[in-house]
Amino acid sequence: MLKTTTKLIMAASLIAIAGCAKKAPEQLPPPPPTETAPPQATPAPVDTGNVGSTVVPGSREDFLQKVQSDRVHFALDSSDLDGESRAILDSQAQWLNQYGNVRITIEGHCDERGTREYNLALGERRANAAKNYLAAAGISASRINVISYGKERPEATGSDEASWAQNRRAVTVIIG
Amino acid sequence: MKQAQLKQVVVAVLAAFAIATPAAAQIEVDITGGISSPMPIAIPTMPTPTAQTTAAGPTDALGRQVAEIVTNDLRNSGLFKPLGPNQLKPVGFDQVTAPDFPFWTQTGAQALIQGFVRANGDGTLTVGCYLYDVFAKTELTRQGFIVQPQYWRRAAHKCADSVYTRLTGEGPYFDTRVVYVSETGPKNRRIKRLAIMDQDGANHRFLTNGQNIVLTPRFSPNEQAIVYMSYAGNQPRIYTYDVGSGRQHMVVQGASTTFAPRFSPDGRWILFSMTVNGNTDIYRVSSTGGTPTRLTTSPGIDTGGSYSPDGSRIVFESDRSGGQQLYVMNADGSNQQRISFGGGRYATPVWSPKGDLIAFTKLGGGFQIGVMSPSGSNEKLLTNAWQDEGPTWSPNGRVLMFFRTGQGSGKADLWSVDLTGVNERRVPTPLDGSDPAWGPLLP
Repeated sequence: MLKTTTKLIMAASLIAIAGCAKKAPEQLPPPPPTETAPPQATPAPVDTGNVGSTVVPGSREDFLQKVQSDRVHFALDSSDLDGESRAILDSQAQWLNQYGNVRITIEGHCDERGTREYNLALGERRANAAKNYLAAAGISASRINVISYGKERPEATGSDEASWAQNRRAVTVIIG
Repeated sequence: MKQAQLKQVVVAVLAAFAIATPAAAQIEVDITGGISSPMPIAIPTMPTPTAQTTAAGPTDALGRQVAEIVTNDLRNSGLFKPLGPNQLKPVGFDQVTAPDFPFWTQTGAQALIQGFVRANGDGTLTVGCYLYDVFAKTELTRQGFIVQPQYWRRAAHKCADSVYTRLTGEGPYFDTRVVYVSETGPKNRRIKRLAIMDQDGANHRFLTNGQNIVLTPRFSPNEQAIVYMSYAGNQPRIYTYDVGSGRQHMVVQGASTTFAPRFSPDGRWILFSMTVNGNTDIYRVSSTGGTPTRLTTSPGIDTGGSYSPDGSRIVFESDRSGGQQLYVMNADGSNQQRISFGGGRYATPVWSPKGDLIAFTKLGGGFQIGVMSPSGSNEKLLTNAWQDEGPTWSPNGRVLMFFRTGQGSGKADLWSVDLTGVNERRVPTPLDGSDPAWGPLLP
């Protein structure tokens, strides 16, 4: 019995070596079962966020994974929600309905092409547009805080159409 | 910091000199012609009767510094072509009231400022300031200022103000301060601090530490308070800042965002904007707090309110017609009339302290600073850069300060321009700067 096993392992090794010469095996064989746990030679794997089981349901990370996006974007000097924005907010509403204790802040932002005070008001308008949509989707308005940053906190720092489009946004932030 | 009142005295310390009557003045500065012919004016170092050390430095050095400040003020006005102490030989103390007119005629100067700096027995300084018409060989005005040593620069500004006023017929504006937002850091995380300084950038001081975003500071009429917006506690609200104690106070309690504050000319009210359920309107509240009164009710964004100097009317911006435009209403909110009808959008209106004009930011391809009459006529654009925003008036209503933002970098700095639109200058600040507000003339 022992002999046979040894022969099989050797044979397997030869095949593996031969295989390496042609192409890498698609899958490494599982390690042999051992009765005693080996010493911890490598650190515990870092949570890269791609393993669903490590994210706490109802947390900020969970929200970011489950919804289409945490933000919606707007046209110049507009607070209208287009189809894409409504779909994003629908996904946020679905998640928020699932975790009824979670409160959020919606941040309204503008691009740099408006004056400072007007942009504070426009950011409020955008944040409220998102808030009202979520409220209509069944999220209690008492769970939703809004804040406008006007043009004070751009996401993209360029002075070009792409940057401006990125900065005209309402971002949903989980506050617990 | 308590604002010291400067003591203005008739200079009687020197031998009396024949005082010319104002009607006899033969020179004046044409303020409408802009810089086409700035007046040549000579400002030699001001001598001291006896050199003495003071808390502000030796009096002979101060005499040169005072002349330099006067030179700088007058040059920055765009209306004068000064020959300053660096280009002129010193004059003797005995010449202060007896100018060497043949010499000054040769320099090409039309006007001459002479003066002196003297340390007094009680620790104060006296700055004497004399203005002469070089061709007519007459004295036009004389002023004396007694100051605590730490306020020596103010005496220099007062001297420049007296000369400017005498030669232009316009009100003074050099002895003033500016509150603004000092900026530093990357474009997406600017650190903003309230700062205060003299209008020429001297005596700079930070008022807040940069922990919270602060925006749009404006002085109260007596300069003892500043109203501004802060994001303290992630709640954007307007606050008053007591310049003397540094104490800050939230003006309107409640759940709504408040911003765009500005004092009424009598200091009793604060005009501001408040957003309720996404809709922004203009309100008024007592400067000591209390319940706000709503002045506008349009479903659009109504903001940027600014009182007329007599307090009877308010100019503001609203997008109720689709884009931002300027409107004027009575102080109680009645009789709202649109006044801007040009192409593009109009924002940040500010009523001139003289009452004759409204300054604004015009939004077209970029942002430009402009002025129009309160009826909306006579629109004139004064600047032409990528983004010039947020004008504030000098107390004499002849100069505007604003901030200019760079394309791409997002870096802003302070600039001034006079009503001719020609005399545009960078205002020096230690870091970047935005949201300037020019204070009233100091007492």
